[in-house]
Amino acid sequence: MTISAFSEQFGNCLLLLFLVGIPLYGHFRKVPVYDTFIEGAKEGFPTFLRILPFMIGMLVAIGMLRASGAFDLFTQVLTPLLSIFGIPPEIAPIAILRPFSASAATASVADILHTQGGNSYQSHLATIVAGTTDTTFFILAMYFGAANIRNTRHAVPTSIIVDIVGIISAVWITRWILA
Amino acid sequence: MLNIIWLAMMVIAVIVGAATGKIPAIILSITDSAKFAFNLALGLTAMMSLWLGIMKIAEASGLIDLFTKGLRPVLIRLFPDVPVDHPAMGAISMNMAANILGLNNAATPFGLRAMAELEKINPHPGIATNTMCTFLALHSSNLQIIPTTAITLLAAGGALHPTDIIVPFILSSICGVVAAIVVSKLLEKLPRYRQPLQLAESEGISS
Repeated sequence: MTISAFSEQFGNCLLLLFLVGIPLYGHFRKVPVYDTFIEGAKEGFPTFLRILPFMIGMLVAIGMLRASGAFDLFTQVLTPLLSIFGIPPEIAPIAILRPFSASAATASVADILHTQGGNSYQSHLATIVAGTTDTTFFILAMYFGAANIRNTRHAVPTSIIVDIVGIISAVWITRWILA
Repeated sequence: MLNIIWLAMMVIAVIVGAATGKIPAIILSITDSAKFAFNLALGLTAMMSLWLGIMKIAEASGLIDLFTKGLRPVLIRLFPDVPVDHPAMGAISMNMAANILGLNNAATPFGLRAMAELEKINPHPGIATNTMCTFLALHSSNLQIIPTTAITLLAAGGALHPTDIIVPFILSSICGVVAAIVVSKLLEKLPRYRQPLQLAESEGISS
């Protein structure tokens, strides 16, 4: 527990270094820090209006998928396929859910931690797989929303391929180092 | 592509829901998810305002210039279409720094700012540029020095040595980063994803 406490402390220090260190540096460079802060912060709200429609659209569709039980179905169908690439069946739900929903993937990780214990290889692998990938569809919707992009070109296939490579390399590297 | 994926997600949900008798659950989820999306966007806006304010100070004090100068060799290779002194580069480097340090709350505002700045220099507004696609692909591989969330989860699950995962975590992320760069640079050249008028307009600019 001391290690996680350390990593939490480390994260907090970094955050404060950014949040306080930048204005401090600005002050030494004779920048009117508060006025400048206000000027920048004004750009925050317009972003809300820009990303809201994209987030509502994407999250409603993901929510419907989750409520319908389609995620369970995907998992059942894809698990044998993923095992060909060496992805253990317990990890498969995380690999499948992660691009859609961070909370669904975290729930799967929590389930593995609960059933296999924190010291098991599966639990280590689960946190690595969940951590090295991101909620691709959500990020695509949000970031392209902020830029008002309609034609996403190769962004979707690229991100999906990168997710797959990331998951497979996480499984192989973890097996090599930790198993 | 997102048009088809979005439609498919909803159609699949309705078909599966009808087959498993979960239509009422789907109906319930619709209002829930819409409200969740609104609250999420609202929370993000709060973070956005805070970090954009901080970023403005970093900009005015010349800190971002220092930062971009340090990352210059990497940035010009990754994003050859963006002028090094453009505000987009500043936002991209702040986003990468925040991501690598694991400051997700700060990374997202910088990332959204970067996208908005990139759109300003987009010769074809509304159509994603190569830079945007590479930048987004890099987000699929969560490169971090210390994977705080993963370590915290493991420790909470009773792991004795949760920091075991740091080395495999970083190595897997690096594989993801390499894949992101290689795949996005390869796919952008495919005829079906080529930018419109690219041949006529920017043959000389693109490397």
